[in-house]
Amino acid sequence: MAYPDHREEVFARIREALREPAPHRHGGYSEDAGEHTHTDEHPPDAEAFRAWLPAVGPRLEEQVALFAQNAAQLKADFRRVATLEEAGQALAGLSRENGWKRVATHRETPVAVLAEKLGLPCLFTDAGYATAELEACDAAITGCDALIAQTGSVLVTTRSAGGRALSVLPPHHVVIAERGQMVPDLATALQSVRKRYEPDWPSFLSFITGPSRTGDIERILVLGAHGPKQLTILLVG
Amino acid sequence: MITFAKDFKRAAARVTADLRHRGLIQRALKSYEVKRDEFKGRYQNWSEARQAAAEIKWDAINHLDRYLAEFIAKLEARGTRVHVASTGEQARDYIVQVAKENAVRTIIKSKSMTAEEVELNEALEHAGCTVFESDLGEYIVQLRHEKPYHLVFPAMHLTRDEISDLFQKELGSEPTNSPEELTMIARRVMRQNYCRADMGISGANFAVAETGMISITENEGNARLTTALPKIHVAILGIEKILPKLEDLALFLPMLATAGAGQPLTCYNSLFGGPRQPGEVDGPEQFHVVLLDNRRTELLADAEQRDSLHCIRCGACLNVCPIFKNVGGHSYGTTYQGPIGSVITPHLRGLQNWKHLSAASSLCGACTEACPVGIDLHHHLLHNRRNAMKEKPLWWEKIAYAGFVFLMRRPLLYRISGKLGSIFFPLHKLVNGGPLDPLISWTKTREFPPLAKQSFQEYWKAKGKKEAPHGLS
Repeated sequence: MAYPDHREEVFARIREALREPAPHRHGGYSEDAGEHTHTDEHPPDAEAFRAWLPAVGPRLEEQVALFAQNAAQLKADFRRVATLEEAGQALAGLSRENGWKRVATHRETPVAVLAEKLGLPCLFTDAGYATAELEACDAAITGCDALIAQTGSVLVTTRSAGGRALSVLPPHHVVIAERGQMVPDLATALQSVRKRYEPDWPSFLSFITGPSRTGDIERILVLGAHGPKQLTILLVG
Repeated sequence: MITFAKDFKRAAARVTADLRHRGLIQRALKSYEVKRDEFKGRYQNWSEARQAAAEIKWDAINHLDRYLAEFIAKLEARGTRVHVASTGEQARDYIVQVAKENAVRTIIKSKSMTAEEVELNEALEHAGCTVFESDLGEYIVQLRHEKPYHLVFPAMHLTRDEISDLFQKELGSEPTNSPEELTMIARRVMRQNYCRADMGISGANFAVAETGMISITENEGNARLTTALPKIHVAILGIEKILPKLEDLALFLPMLATAGAGQPLTCYNSLFGGPRQPGEVDGPEQFHVVLLDNRRTELLADAEQRDSLHCIRCGACLNVCPIFKNVGGHSYGTTYQGPIGSVITPHLRGLQNWKHLSAASSLCGACTEACPVGIDLHHHLLHNRRNAMKEKPLWWEKIAYAGFVFLMRRPLLYRISGKLGSIFFPLHKLVNGGPLDPLISWTKTREFPPLAKQSFQEYWKAKGKKEAPHGLS
């Protein structure tokens, strides 16, 4: 590296600083904290978190219902369809209602097939794209890695969603998910992508939880700050 | 020096007297509180979750050398350029250098308090770059040439009308009192900037050691666009952002959102593990991660206060602090406001210059109660007070306490001075609250309580004469 780095110096200071152990005082002095119950060597892991985070039922139907409830609160449009054909019809309906003229997608089944069926000009991001062209699209149709019932989130990666920008630049993001992709919580979602990719991780992963939003003006919720104003999730099967 | 304390007092006095301003802040924070409690209520056990978060951060910070080395090795293995900076100046210089080497003109930036801490924008502008803050709140304060008001809500002190006026003046937009329209104005401006920027700069909320990834939490999508479109991405973060394992995020992401913004999870929680990899369709060609010390190792060396490095910058302690609510974010004069700012600023910028912030506290402990990682904030304020006094005692306090001790040890003298006090006290009325009042720093804003007519000893004696004490019959 051409520019001088200071890691030796910083690491030496860290090691020196850590020679004196810090007291364990988990949870501060407040009355409800009490003595810590876990040991230093093994801080709590994802299995333990499940008992404290918001509860999720074990059955798929419960998880779909919780996802739907969360999506509604987040103002995301969640629909369950029985078949790919129905998904195609739902997409055609969205296209009509919103007056789409151009859509963007990526070459992956079943996403690409569904997008092409719309009969609109269709931009594929796979071989590279011009940012301005993607920006001009009315909707992006992508796949995903998982749906998370606990939070109503969609987990995408560069690989499952056609790159980094496709799922954030166009004003309407439509996610096509399959039944097997519903997971109970964030920990399971992270474990599932670990299983799929490690050690060859995609350079980008994101949990998308509802359409883009801001509360920066008087803490009043506005949808569509910089990312999509609309998020539709079609769960097939 | 003393001017920091003076500036703070002056600004605090002004904001405290501004009822409109205080009303604005309190209304905004009230709605946050309602939402936060609603979503905290969904946890099966918030206090256990909080304790787990404290333990994980304890592990991370107390093995920082190991985890940081792992984080750096993992990032570098996938083509990320990691720069460790000892000081803010070194971090700035490195980023300016990257900008120069790549002939960068336009920079799009997502919110980063660490960048604020090292005054990165000023350095880049000085080097001839144009920097656009893309987060709506940050963009608003940037247009006003102001510092962020709050760690998480930078423009919470402004009304929609003030923002409309600002946009009218700076961007030539039509006046509007709709937050939605104002947001869309900023959206349109920023869309052009994402597409033409040569470099994107972001902060990070977490650094995952095990997989070598940074995690960015946001609601607007501006950080995603900042990190997707420009050909260079630079992330700047403090060395304390470390989390050991990827799955730790399953706890920290929801807790950050609930404690910080009253949300179950923020809209986008994104992980970045490198520049564009072979076979990927987009993303930056260069990914730089700048790890900043800037005296964090001094805080680390203080075992007693080390847990203040557990902070995840959620802002929950500001939101509940009665001092913050009344003096406002700008009065602090620091990058990090509120209780956490009062705790760490003396370490980062000098104890004697910033000790006054630790005195600006009612020690009510609301901050400690609110902290999702269990930092013992209000006790740290006391530690700062003690340390400041130990390091540089005030001569008049020493004399006053020596006098007090002298008196307390001599009962006769104590009684006499008590008597003298009650004789002369009525004279205080003559000067009460005026320029000659020796108690002016109290009586300026408060009533001085009247002295008791009897001392406790006298009362006890008199009482003993009237009625026999209740014995054990």
